[in-house]
Parts: sequence; structure tokens; C-alpha cells
Amino acid sequence: MKSPAPKFASNEGMIDAIGAALGDMVVHAYEGAFEVTVTLDRERLVEAMIALRDTKGLEYQQLMEIAGVDYPEREERFEVVYCLLSLTRNHRIKVKVLTDEVKPVPSVTGIWPVAGWLEREVYDMYGVLFEGNADLRRILTDYGFTGHPQRKDFPLTGYVELRYSEEEKRVVYSPVELAQDFRNFDFMSPWEGAQYILPGDEKAGDPPAPPPGDKKETSPPPAATTPKTSDSTADTGAGKPGPDAGPEPKKGRAKK
Amino acid sequence: MAEYLDEIAGVAKPEKGDVEIGNYTINFGPQHPAAHGVLRLVMELDGEIIERLDPHVGLLHRGTEKLIEYKTYAQALPYFDRLDYCSPMCMEHSYVLAVEKLLDIEVPIRAQYLRVLFAELTRISNHMLNLGSHVMDVGAMTPNLWLFEIREDCLNFFERVCGARMHHNYLRPGGVHQDAPLSLLADLAEWLDTRLPRLFEDAISLVAENRIFKQRNVDIAIVSREDAIKWGFSGPMIRGAGIPWDLRKSQPYEVYDRMEFDVPVGTRGDCYDRFMVRVEEVRQSARIMKQCLAQMPEGPIASSDRKVVPPKRAEMKQSMEALIHHFKLYTEGYHVPAGEVYVATESPKGEFGVYLVSDGTNKPYRCKIRPTAFSHLQAMDFMSRGHMLADTTAILGALDIVFGECDR
Repeated sequence: MKSPAPKFASNEGMIDAIGAALGDMVVHAYEGAFEVTVTLDRERLVEAMIALRDTKGLEYQQLMEIAGVDYPEREERFEVVYCLLSLTRNHRIKVKVLTDEVKPVPSVTGIWPVAGWLEREVYDMYGVLFEGNADLRRILTDYGFTGHPQRKDFPLTGYVELRYSEEEKRVVYSPVELAQDFRNFDFMSPWEGAQYILPGDEKAGDPPAPPPGDKKETSPPPAATTPKTSDSTADTGAGKPGPDAGPEPKKGRAKK
Repeated sequence: MAEYLDEIAGVAKPEKGDVEIGNYTINFGPQHPAAHGVLRLVMELDGEIIERLDPHVGLLHRGTEKLIEYKTYAQALPYFDRLDYCSPMCMEHSYVLAVEKLLDIEVPIRAQYLRVLFAELTRISNHMLNLGSHVMDVGAMTPNLWLFEIREDCLNFFERVCGARMHHNYLRPGGVHQDAPLSLLADLAEWLDTRLPRLFEDAISLVAENRIFKQRNVDIAIVSREDAIKWGFSGPMIRGAGIPWDLRKSQPYEVYDRMEFDVPVGTRGDCYDRFMVRVEEVRQSARIMKQCLAQMPEGPIASSDRKVVPPKRAEMKQSMEALIHHFKLYTEGYHVPAGEVYVATESPKGEFGVYLVSDGTNKPYRCKIRPTAFSHLQAMDFMSRGHMLADTTAILGALDIVFGECDR
């Protein structure tokens, strides 16, 4: 490792040791970015975690963190990542289980009471259910909040906004109003990964022109429905989109 | 009308011979000077004894993790200053190390020394705030004012090295933003030798052996080693419980493996031990800083990898290549190889971790921040059971919680 990141005990042989201790509870294990990640069978998570804590040679005594990750394109879209730390062996691993909106993950609060709040946070942010957590309330969001904000399909701006109403003399919720459209630029190189149609490429998807010898049916190429223009301010959302919005005419230099 | 009221009163009235008892449920916060931010504690009291305590957090939730997913790696960095605003440099530290681990780039040795130097200065400034407010929460006024004088010095040093007193944005993936001038390093060395020990030892001598201070802290909220491990404690909290665990020693990052310092450990695991562990950490931090100043070599302060570290502005004005790099890095940013890392450093409050998932683009796919306060605050319920209401402030002070970090 060239970077000055924290150095802990070697990962060598850890995957084999975990595989030997957990047997078929391990779904997948790999070493990447200098860290060991183990995916476990969700149903037998508690059993596996106890083994990880108590087996000699593994000894992961502390649960430091539970992180949720959302991959909406997957069938089981959520990953729940447990970061374990061994104080005696000075080693860290990441343990993952996969789940979706309805399948509950067994709670590890019986092994580590610290998991109580950590699981509450994953529930709050992603809506992952934890079976056996006696206190699965929301934790970070507002009282009475709906939705799970860390999901990838939850908009960054949210759905409601909060303001003090002078008429009602209290704080009220109202649907979020944006003064300008939310802009999210993508930085993919147009030669490599762009998923959208580049300006001027509208006809690229049409079938190729018939070979010159074949003259059965020749029709003029379909006229482009929208003329190719550069982005107007109405497209980008800058300024006020109105009838007069459009590229500003180029002005000459200021007259002297 | 009168009959109706009597009827209600009759229902609530206890029968003859019964004694009416009941627990109070009171709200501590969300706005309370000893809550160190916006913390709401719902307390169930039997007289003055705490029966149950339910912390409600999240009043300062700003969606930092969600925002970071929409920013490039460079743009995400300033959010970390705003997490634990008492020790911003240490928050940045975990993040830049996580990005560097994914990129696997080398950092010049001078940059590593500068990072360690200012991370330790951050530790001192954080502990000044915590120790001062802790003694103020249990009734003493003077030490807080004296310790704030040191904190003010620290902030002035930060301003001199990066231009900002609190939101530094100084550590960057690949190095640090700018070099520390020689005069600053000389002033730091002088400050460490003269002003810091004088002010600090003066202030601590007022409280360390003080009878009232001890009565308020000794044997309050004792945490055993087993509990400390089970509840995910870290930093001064786990050391106060008697476990010599310090990430700077056990999992050295940067140049901590070249430093000589001791790890203070508590013996009883009470609030007083946690306080004294922090006091000793300040002395050890000063020791580390002196070593940094003595050993720091000359050299570059950021990686020469132009695909990650932007060129300086002056260079940009001269070189076409530098101009292109500057433009690319400040608009698109750099692409980080796909992978996931969990990097934790020893922040002044404990283990501050960043779990970073990259999908190979220029923005983090997921950035989970592991706050130190979450596990410590959660343990507050069992720590305060059976203690008096007035002990809450001492327990809270010794936890060292900042809500910018807890609620994110």
C-alpha cells in the first residue's frame, strides 16, 4: 500500500480462516482495496457473527459501524455492511448481507448492544427492517417523516420544506418549491460512457442507408422533428424559462 | 358546572390509604447550555434519580451523506469540516485517507508531517473546548476562560496556515493545500515550549485535585472494559475504561509510527478518568508536535500526480498543461477506481471512520460517516441509570459530544 492510510495486521490467510470457521454461511469473500469483505447468508447472520467474535484467530470483538448501501438495479437492492474490529488481533473486516425492502435482517443487538442505534439509522435511511431490534424507531429524520432519504430514488431536495407561517403562528410543512430546476451535470466522456443522445446524433439510431445498388424503395430521410440547436436557457434551467428565453444574442464590444 | 369538576377530581383522587407515586418524565433540551448543541433527552426520574434516559438525536441532521453523493471528491471535502466543528482537521483526515487508499497514491513525507502536526493541534484545540466546558458544566468558571485562551491561539495558528479559523479545507487527497511558512513553525515551537504549558497547567491545577470537582466526577458513570467493548467505545472513552487502544499507536497512519508518545489509560472508568485521560492527551499531543517540528524535512507538500492534485495557480498562468489540469480537476474532478474502503482515524473524540464506496466515477457512490458520538451517546442510558439528575451534565461533558458530527 503506497498511501499513508492506517496500517493494521495483514489480510493474508484471513479469507481462508473465515471460510474455515463459518463454512457455508459465507456466500462470497474477496480482498479489494487492501481490505477483506465477506458476504454472509442473511438468515444465519447472528450465528456467523457470534462465530466471528468468539472463534480463536478471528476475535472481532467490536462492531464499529453499520452502513447501508442502495443499488436500485439489483434484485436485493440493499447491502448492509458491518465494520468489525479486532482489538486483540488489530484487524478490520467488512461483513455484508443483502436484502430488500421487505426481507428482514436478523438484528445483532444481542451480540453488540451498540447495534441498536446503528440499525435504527439504517432503517431510517433505507427502510431495511431488522428482526429482533426492540426499538426500531426513526433516529435522524424529523418526527413524523415519511420516506427513506438515503435511497437512490429519493430526490436530494426532498419532498417537503419547512417554514414559519405568520398567519398560523407555527411551523408548517409545504411541498418543496425550487426557484430553479435542480441541475445534475454528468461528467462522462461523450466518447466513452454517455447514455444520452448527443446534440446532432439524433439520427445515429436510424437504420443505415440502403446500399447504393438496391433501388427498390427510396424515400427521403425523415426530417428531424426538432432542429439541432445549442442548449437554450430553458433547457438548462438557468434564469427564468419564459417565451423570450433563449441564447442571448451576441453583443459586440462596447462602443467607445 | 361545579359538580362536573368535582366528579373529575373524584376520579383522580386516590382512595383512602393509597399513596400516590409516579415517575416524572422531563425533557432535557433540545436547547440547554449543558447539552453541547441540540440534544433532547427524555428522562424518567424517580425523585432525583434517573430511571431511564432516551436521547433523541437528529435535530441537526443536514443530510451530509446524501449531499456528498452529488458532489465530486474535492467538493465533498468541506462538508467534513462542518461535521465536528470543534476538530475539523481530524474529520478531513479520515476522508482524505479513504480517498487516498482507493486511489493508492503516495503522499510526500513533508505533507504527512504537516498533517500530523495540525491534526495534533486540532486535538489540543478540541480538548480545550471539551475540558473547559466539562468543568463549567459541573460548576467552575475560571478554567474555561483560561483554556479558551489556548483555543484562541490554536485557531490563530490554523488561520495562518490555511486562511480559515474553523472550516479549514486544508488536507487534500494527495497532500495538503499549501505549505506552512517557516515563521509559523517557529512560532508554534515557541508556543509549545512556553505559552501552552503555562496556561494549560495553570488551568488544570485548579480542577485536577479540586475537592468539588472530584465529588462531581469520581465514581460517576463507571464503565467496565466489557461494556466499553460491547458498546463500541473508542478514543478517550475506551481508554478511560482501561483499555490501551489508540489507533495512532495500533494502526499507525501517516508518520505516527515515527512518533514517540504515551497512551494514557484510566483505572476506574469514571468521568474523572475520562477527564484526566484527555488532560494527559494534550501533553502527549504537544510532545508529538515538537517531534514533528524537529523532524519535518523540506520538500513538496502534495503528490506530483497531476491527475489528482491540481497545480498551483501561479503555475497555471505559465503552463498550458497546468491550465488544462486545473480546469479538468476543478470541473470534472478525478475519477476514483471502483472499490470500497473503511478508513478510521483517531479523532480527538474517538474513532472517526469513513466508509467510502466508489463506482469508478468522479463522485462517491456512498459515503457513510461513522461518528464517534453515536455509540457513546447511546451508552448514556445505562451509564446514567441510578445517578442523580445533576450528574447528567458531568456524564455528558465527559462523553465529549458535538452534534454536527452525531447528526451529520
